[in-house]
Formats: sequence, C-alpha cells, structure tokens
Amino acid sequence: MTTAVNRIDKLFADRSRKRFIPYITVGDPTLEATYQLAHALVEAGADLLELGIPYSDPLADGPTIQRASQRALENGVSIGDALQLVARLRKSGMEAALVLFTYINPVMQYGIDRFFSDLAKYGADGVVIPDLPVEENGLAVEAARKYGLHVISLVAPTSESRIKSIGEQASGFLYCVSSLGVTGARESLRDDLSEFLERVKASTAVPTAVGFGISTPQQVKAVAPHTDGVIVGSAIVREIEKHAEQLKDPVQSPEAVEKIKTFVHQLASALQ
Amino acid sequence: MKEAVAATRVVPDKNGRFGAFGGKFVPETLMNALTELEAAFAEAMQDPAFREELNGLLREYAGRPTPLTYAERLTEELGGARIYLKREDLNHTGAHKLNNALGQGLLAKRMGKKSIIAETGAGQHGVASATVAAKLGLSCKVFMGEEDIRRQSLNVFRMNLLGAEVVPAVSGSRTLKDATNEAIRYWVSNVEETFYVIGSVVGPHPYPYIVREFQKIIGEETRAQILQMLGKLPDEIIACVGGGSNAIGMFYPFISDGQVALRGVEAAGRGVDTDKHAATLSLGRPGVIHGSLTYLLQDEHGQVQEAHSISAGLDYPGVGPEHAYLKDSGRVTYTSVTDEEALAAVQMLCRTEGIIPALESAHAIAEAMKRAPQMSKDEILVICLSGRGDKDVLTIQDALGSKEEGKQQ
Ligand SMILES: Cc1ncc(COP(=O)(O)O)c(C=O)c1O
Repeated sequence: MTTAVNRIDKLFADRSRKRFIPYITVGDPTLEATYQLAHALVEAGADLLELGIPYSDPLADGPTIQRASQRALENGVSIGDALQLVARLRKSGMEAALVLFTYINPVMQYGIDRFFSDLAKYGADGVVIPDLPVEENGLAVEAARKYGLHVISLVAPTSESRIKSIGEQASGFLYCVSSLGVTGARESLRDDLSEFLERVKASTAVPTAVGFGISTPQQVKAVAPHTDGVIVGSAIVREIEKHAEQLKDPVQSPEAVEKIKTFVHQLASALQ
Repeated sequence: MKEAVAATRVVPDKNGRFGAFGGKFVPETLMNALTELEAAFAEAMQDPAFREELNGLLREYAGRPTPLTYAERLTEELGGARIYLKREDLNHTGAHKLNNALGQGLLAKRMGKKSIIAETGAGQHGVASATVAAKLGLSCKVFMGEEDIRRQSLNVFRMNLLGAEVVPAVSGSRTLKDATNEAIRYWVSNVEETFYVIGSVVGPHPYPYIVREFQKIIGEETRAQILQMLGKLPDEIIACVGGGSNAIGMFYPFISDGQVALRGVEAAGRGVDTDKHAATLSLGRPGVIHGSLTYLLQDEHGQVQEAHSISAGLDYPGVGPEHAYLKDSGRVTYTSVTDEEALAAVQMLCRTEGIIPALESAHAIAEAMKRAPQMSKDEILVICLSGRGDKDVLTIQDALGSKEEGKQQ
C-alpha cells in the first residue's frame, strides 16, 4: 500500500497549465538510450512520460512504433527491464509522472497483482493498456487501486454512447484518441476533433489528454484549448529511429539526444 | 474408451465468455462497432427473410447440403471403424469457409457497408470472401502474410481474378497471425465504412459466436445424414483445428450427445518436441490474442510465438476461445499430428478414395488413421473433410517430389 500522493494527481491538481506527454519505447534502440532520452524529454518540457513496453503483436500501433518495438525486442527487453528503468530514473531524481504503456497479454503472464505491486514499488504512477476496454479492466483496476496507481482509460471518436460511462469510470486522466486508427503521425486531424474533445471533457471529472496522430507544433497548438494534456508518440519515435545508430554509440549519443531534445522542446513549447 | 461428458452451459454468455475464455480485448475505437455487430447479427437471425436469403445462397450457390460419403476402401484399408467423410471440399470454392463468408457478407450488406476486409492464411477464407464480395457487389481487401502469399500463390491469383485486392502483411512471421494484425489495424482506421469478415471462430466477441452459428450447418447436416443413413449417431467425430471453425461447426450440434466422442486435431508441424509446431491447445498457455482470451503459443514474457505447419490454414499461434473452453471442460479431446503424418494421409486418401484433401483436412485424416484401427467394425467414425487439396498440390509436390521420383525409376 502506498500513501504518497500519486504524481499524476499532483501534476493535474493545477489545471491552469497544459501538460506535455511524450511517448518512447523502452529499449529503443537500447535501454541506456531510453534512460538518457527520458531525462532529455523532461528537460525539454515533458510533465509526464509514457514508456512503452515492447510487444510482439502491437495491435494498436502503426508502423513507426511497431518498428521501435521490434528493435527493443531484438534487445530482449521485457516488463522486468521497463520496471528496472523506472527504478533507475527515480533513483536519479526524476520527479515527472511515469506511465507505462503495455498490451494486456504480457501483464497477464507477469501476473496482474504482481505487475501493479511492482509498478508501485519501482515508482511508476499508472499504466495505459490499449487492448483493455472498460468491460475487461476490472481485475487491473482493482489491483491498481490497491497500490495507489491509475489504469488510464481510452476514449475514441467512435465511442459515442460509451463516452459517458468511460468518463465516469476514468482514473488519473482520460486518454482521448484523436483519430481513428493506430498510432502514427498524421498530416491532418479530424474536423470534428474539438467537438469530440469538448464532449469528453463534459463527461468526466478527471483531466483529459489527447493523442494518436499528433506530430507537429501546429497540431499541438490546435488541440491545446480543448484538453489538459497533449500526447506525442510516433513523431518522437521517428526522430529516435533516425538517430538510432548514433544513440547506440556512447561517443555520438549525447549529440543525438540533444537533437531529439530540441525537436521535443518545439512540441512542448507550442503548448504554453 | 473414456466416456465423453456432455457440456451443459450455454456459451458464450452476454460478455462473450466461454467459461473463462473469449471476451473483447480490443482498442476502444472498435468497441462500438462490436456492439453494433452483435445487435445487427441478433436482429438478422430473427428475421425470416435474412435466413431465407442465406439458406437460398447456401443451397443454390454454394451447393449445400454437402454429401456424407462412406469411405469404403479407406475403411477396409484401416480395418476398424466404418469411416464417413463430410464433404466440405465439395462446397463452392472448395472449403467450409464459404458458409461463414456468405453469412457475414449478407450481414455486411444488411448493415449498409460497401466494403469488406478479410484475413487469410491458406487463402481459402480469402477466396471465399472475394467470392462473396463479387456475388453481393461489395469491394474486398484481403490481408495475407507474405510467406503465405508465396505458399499459396494459386489462391492469390484466384482472389485477384475474383476482383479482390490482396494486401501483403510483412511484419512478424508473415503468416496468418500477422495478416490478422494488419486486418485489425486497417479496421480500426476504417471502422465506420468497413465490415471485417473474420474467417474462423477467433477474434473478439461476437465473432467466435457468429462464425460458429454460420458454420454449425456442417454438424447439423451431418447429424441428419447419418441418422437417415444408419439410424444412429456416430461414435466418434474428428476435425482439424486451426482457428477452429470447421471443427466447431461440426462439433457444436453434437455437444450434448455425450455418447459421441469429439476429437480436434492440431498441427504438430515438425513435432511437439520441437519449436516448429502449431499445437496451441496441447502446448500453449492462456493468454490474449486478437481480442480474445484463449490458449496461446507464447514465451515466458507473454510475447506471441510463431507457429509452424506445412498447412498454411493451421499455422496460427492462437485458437478459438470455445475450443479452449471445450478442452478445459473435457468435452473434446485435442491431439496433434505432424507434417509428415499429414502428407501420408493425403496420399492415403488419394489412393483409397480418389479425393485429394486439403493439407489442413489431412490432419484429421491422419488422426483417423490412428483411431479407426483401434475401434470395432460396427463403430462409426466421421471425419470433417474441410476442404479440397487443389490449392496445396505445389506444396505437396515439393514435399513428396523426391520420394515419388525415386519410386518411378
Ligand atoms: C480447408 C481448410 N480446413 C481447415 C482450415 C482451418 O481453419 P478452421 O480451424 O477455422 O476450420 C482452413 C483454413 O484456412 C482450411 O482452408
């Protein structure tokens, strides 16, 4: 049992500021690079980090994150490594909220209660499980509560009549899927996006964050008025992919990290 | 012989669970579509006009009922139980897959969708979907693993000829699992205008239920045919299990006949003691794949493992959740046969009955070759001959080629 206030709650206690939430895949291209990148993202203005645990069959992910998963799996990265990374980040003084992104099957195999217990022990604050809709999340939610963590629910433009019940059950923040489809950078966003985001806002007491497809500072600016947080994944993972070889090389890595930091800073500063 | 137990529970329940298995483990974007599908299916099945249209197509287009053939020379050869073949190979397009594709295609049309997508392994479900799309005037995209495109080039050509677009899946093992991932990803992106025609009793609820309802005609016909021919039920029924649709279709109408033993046969590939097999129920552990909680071939971290079988239609690391339930309840016995045994079964059926079976179906025949000699001459054994082997002749030629050449000299 944890009594400390969850960092996600602490973060959103002040809702006058918009929060920037980058996603990266753990172990892409190496665990050491992820550690360095996590710190760089926070320095670039991230308030919460979403750390993806690589999976063999990432159904909700587009090609960019699929390839990141593949690179990480080739390094043999598993849940255990992701937890160790969280522990290492906390030890090094990282205060940003940390949310793990994983599919349900690895969690089931690890053991649902054990997973949340370890998440709390190592210092994570919540989890996003894209293939676990509210109908199936009972066991996970129960375990998360026990350890003072959040299971972040998703809501999509196609959720329609489900928006209300998802909004009522949401915990931590509510992840609004900005476009139909899998993760991946998109040229343009849906015309009816702001309307959808406003509907979600009205249906829930928890803060909202919007993601899936957001890739440019312009898009960040456009959605900001309708949400408490903006999530960017594939666009950052694509930058990491471009610099993968340098990131693997201890000599060249700092320069690559610096470039990615600059890229992320542009996205993060578009929010304020 | 072990007395089979009759299952009594009605499955799936309202949450799409077959006991502990099944469910809807999919991205939120799809949840509403699944709810709509469930409602549309329930409503369609209560509409006599829908059922009549489907029955009409099954009768006059697909050629149902398919015959139940007494395999006299195979019976003599094996020297045990009397063997009957349920001839799904004589269904239009050459496999049981059309039963389901017609049902889902009509449902798509009824729901006002203009395009369908499908995943395929062997290509049989892809061909069936392309056929239905042509017949009903829908557009059709079929996702198929690159490896399967290579193994089943004839079926790729058939799909193209029928006007469908075949989209290669290039991730992972480039087989059925990956084709299904790609189909689901495409569906998430185009859910509002696209109907996803799933080819087996897999995927999120309500698919395992819908596909069973469209395939149970296999068992219903078999039951009526054998009663008419012999005045009694069979003692044992054998069917191959990939995702499990021909097997569920065959078994379901016999589930409460406790005296009828049911056997599902998985692909053991190069052997269950190797890592090249597709024996999900025998060697897998419960886990989630393609939206359903079921037995799954996976490593210790829950990463999905690649399956292997000479038969593209059985090459799948998951299995329908109803089979997981029937395994745990003990109602159905699941076994596996190797690539080599399946090839021997192909030859046996060719030479005794003049029928070239699909490599998938050959797994059921191989199991029957083990079972029949252990049964008495007055016992009845029915095999579900799920499809014909024309699509596999190149693979079979490859595998047997050198041996045959040797013999001819
Ligand atoms: C002839 C035939 N039999 C069996 C199968 C396996 O599928 P299922 O287990 O769903 O019947 C296939 C799949 O492609 C097939 O083509």
